[in-house]
Amino acid sequence: MSLPDSDHDVIVSELGRDPTAAEAALFENLWSEHCAYRSSRPLLSAFDSESPDVVVGPGDDAAVVALDDETYVTMGIESHNHPSYVDPYDGAATGVGGIVRDTLSMGAYPIALADSLYFGSFDREHSRYLFEGVVEGIADYGNSIGVPTVAGSVDFHPDYEGNPLVNVACVGLVTDDRLVTAEAKRAGNKLVLVGNATGRDGLGGASFASEDLSEDAETEDRPAVQVGDPYTEKLLIEANEALIDEDLIRSARDLGAAGLGGASSELVAKGGFGARIELDRVHQREPDMNALEILLAESQERMCYEVRPADVDRVEAIAERFDLGCSVIGEVAEGNYVCTFEGETVVDVPAEFLADGAPMNDLDAVEPTQTERDLPNADLGEAFEAVASSPNTASKRWVYRQYDHEVGVRTALRPGDDAAVVAVREAETGVAISAGANPNWTTAAPYEGSRAVALENATNLAVKGATPLAAVDCLNGGNPEKPDVYGGFEAIVDGLAEMCSTLSVPVVGGNVSLYNDSVAGPIPPTPTLAMVGAKDGYDAPPLSLSGGGTLLLVGADGDALGGSEYLAQVGGSDRFPALADDPAAVVRTLAAVANWESTLSTHDVSHGGLAVALAEMVTAETGVAVEFDDAVAAFDETPGRAVVETTDPESVREAFEGVAPVETLGTPTDDGALSLTVGSETLNYAAEELADLRSVIERELD
Amino acid sequence: MTVAVVQFGGSNCDRDSVRALSHLGVDAERVWHEDGLPAETTGIVLPGGFSYGDYLRAGAMAARSPIMDEVRAAAEEGTPVLGVCNGAQIGCESGLVPGAFTTNRSARFQCERVHVRVENADTPWTDAYDAGDVLELPIAHGEGRFEIAAENYDRLEREDRILLRYCDADGDVTDAANPNGSTGNVAGVLGDRESVAVMMPHPERATLPDLDGTDGQGVLRGFRR
Repeated sequence: MSLPDSDHDVIVSELGRDPTAAEAALFENLWSEHCAYRSSRPLLSAFDSESPDVVVGPGDDAAVVALDDETYVTMGIESHNHPSYVDPYDGAATGVGGIVRDTLSMGAYPIALADSLYFGSFDREHSRYLFEGVVEGIADYGNSIGVPTVAGSVDFHPDYEGNPLVNVACVGLVTDDRLVTAEAKRAGNKLVLVGNATGRDGLGGASFASEDLSEDAETEDRPAVQVGDPYTEKLLIEANEALIDEDLIRSARDLGAAGLGGASSELVAKGGFGARIELDRVHQREPDMNALEILLAESQERMCYEVRPADVDRVEAIAERFDLGCSVIGEVAEGNYVCTFEGETVVDVPAEFLADGAPMNDLDAVEPTQTERDLPNADLGEAFEAVASSPNTASKRWVYRQYDHEVGVRTALRPGDDAAVVAVREAETGVAISAGANPNWTTAAPYEGSRAVALENATNLAVKGATPLAAVDCLNGGNPEKPDVYGGFEAIVDGLAEMCSTLSVPVVGGNVSLYNDSVAGPIPPTPTLAMVGAKDGYDAPPLSLSGGGTLLLVGADGDALGGSEYLAQVGGSDRFPALADDPAAVVRTLAAVANWESTLSTHDVSHGGLAVALAEMVTAETGVAVEFDDAVAAFDETPGRAVVETTDPESVREAFEGVAPVETLGTPTDDGALSLTVGSETLNYAAEELADLRSVIERELD
Repeated sequence: MTVAVVQFGGSNCDRDSVRALSHLGVDAERVWHEDGLPAETTGIVLPGGFSYGDYLRAGAMAARSPIMDEVRAAAEEGTPVLGVCNGAQIGCESGLVPGAFTTNRSARFQCERVHVRVENADTPWTDAYDAGDVLELPIAHGEGRFEIAAENYDRLEREDRILLRYCDADGDVTDAANPNGSTGNVAGVLGDRESVAVMMPHPERATLPDLDGTDGQGVLRGFRR
């Protein structure tokens, strides 16, 4: 891939000359889809990104949201899709590294990770290879750096076969007096590069991420994938803390896509400055690197700091203490962004033009259509077992057992529940985290399915008693130059924006990944959302039945199976279910009810419908018997619904009066079994049989 | 009275250990390995993590860093030393305790809750329990399988130096309850003195009452004596 002619013309007209080779490479990477959002930025204005809690919105390395006057959380999300296809272990690991450094550059300490992963069919050997490699890469990197991976999602869908998705989110913690941004403050301040030495790795990663994966990408594009070094990342975390402790950092940006050139030019451009950078001063790992390589290498574990001249010695001493390389590469300056190499000027362009001058694409979109109802006549028992043992609905224990989800001693509610809760004792607040999307939903109905994704994440938080605070999104799509793909992408953006806005959840940042297209075709449009919520205290009702209460179903079903796991298993089609008229009221009321003493357990209804939700709640001691009118009622996945086990059903009904219907499902039984009656047919499963059905991933991979 | 929580490059349970000890009223501080042990050190924690990335054998690099000479000297004078997880691996590699921790039977990292049985309750670390008590503690390791030569294992048993064994919820020491394939289901052992102990489970993750479970408090109370 090289600079398109039309871009070349824009650059020549701005500069009044041909770009140098180094400039052309910089423009190619910084103006790539991955860095410049050329095809998506026109759509992103749909998102509401403001609320009284938002301290720093979109556009910085990570967003910042207030828990109280002094305590803030940072939120960021990033995709590492193409690298994870080419080299699943390193591709996924470096995704974790990148989003953690985005957290560091806000002055924050990373306290939680959430990963949403999407692979081709689980029965395909290649999908399993990618799945195992990605999980191991995330585990080895995240575990090493001591940041717990507490939440996330894993989905399998045939359309990810040629292009898996790895979306990684990080939540950090920072106080008002430690907050740093990526906006350069003052001409004359030094630019200091701290961390790993720069080598020839990850050259052109940004542009590689901005084109379709070719058939031979696994071998051809391997040089574009970086290799991570979590040990150095951990040292960088410690050094960053020490630098912030001593107030030595004026602004910061981590080195990610487009390497040093990207980070340094964006940092100074944001402050309205230029820079003078001597590329020879960058500490290098290999001999004879040229200017272009030093500028664009995506070597990992590096940070660019703006430092007052008087503080440079101290910064160097701290880097030295943590065995990190450190070089003063130049300074913030008025005028252009200028880089010299061996005494020669190799880059001399306006920083803002480089950072923000990319022309936007105006692409054709074809609006997606919905399918009509055509339901098969499936055997109930076969259908239930297929849905409950589908890797999409099955237990993800095999995954999260490999992640250290407890380091940091904040994890109050561990993975395996609807949301994780981490204790932020600094603000006496429980921060709940939920992340995910559902490719079946957004394939069936991109707009409605994407609304449902937002509502489902909010419901996950609400059933654990947390009120949604803010979200970041990772919008994944295929090749936007295909009108139907772009139409689907536009629909997931609009759907997500609409529901987040309805729920008053500001979307404070995100990432767009397009060209997730391969010879196998485009991926399903995939709007991963990572949402955080806040609650008083850290206790939450568990997902498992405790017995001794009444089981209620809260929320209206949409009476349709479009996008359901049921249809994925038994075939057929249906429209996507309609969502609640006032989902914000449902979420608000659920969050309140979940915190009542009388609430014994809660679980949201989503993947696999009510039948699977109940199967997940049954324990060896406590079971339940429920009757359904038909298969639609049992397997309908309409989100914004929850099963609530309560000792005070009357108060729950009162709370939901005028908000959502409340139906009594029954009283928990003491036989530890699930009994499902649909019409005249009844299925019975002991807790052990259900656990066995749900352990498909462990069984197949261990 | 200050417990030094030794931070190597790559340690990641150092802050957690300080937080848990502070909760129990034990004065504790993080000590960067290059700075050496403070003069007033009254106890030492070798915390969990991935010292030096575990790029060689787990704990091997940290065991050879200069501060470990100080730790060994302090241990010989009776200063309580507790190695947890990576700290346990460092303890083996540095000769504070016999044996070695190596790759789990599953060959994967495992983060989960396990049960352990208190084998010897007559140590500072287990004084709060009775022999035979069953504790629920978190583990989080990829290399926690305890291996030791048969004659050394016999000696450990003879000298009552096996501190904790993996067991089921009822306290039965079974193969099914052994999460990583450790010899004799060993989860924690004592050094030459009972004031030196290492264990793979994380007591500091089962100490704070606002999280799930506080069975680890008794272990950390060993520093209060």
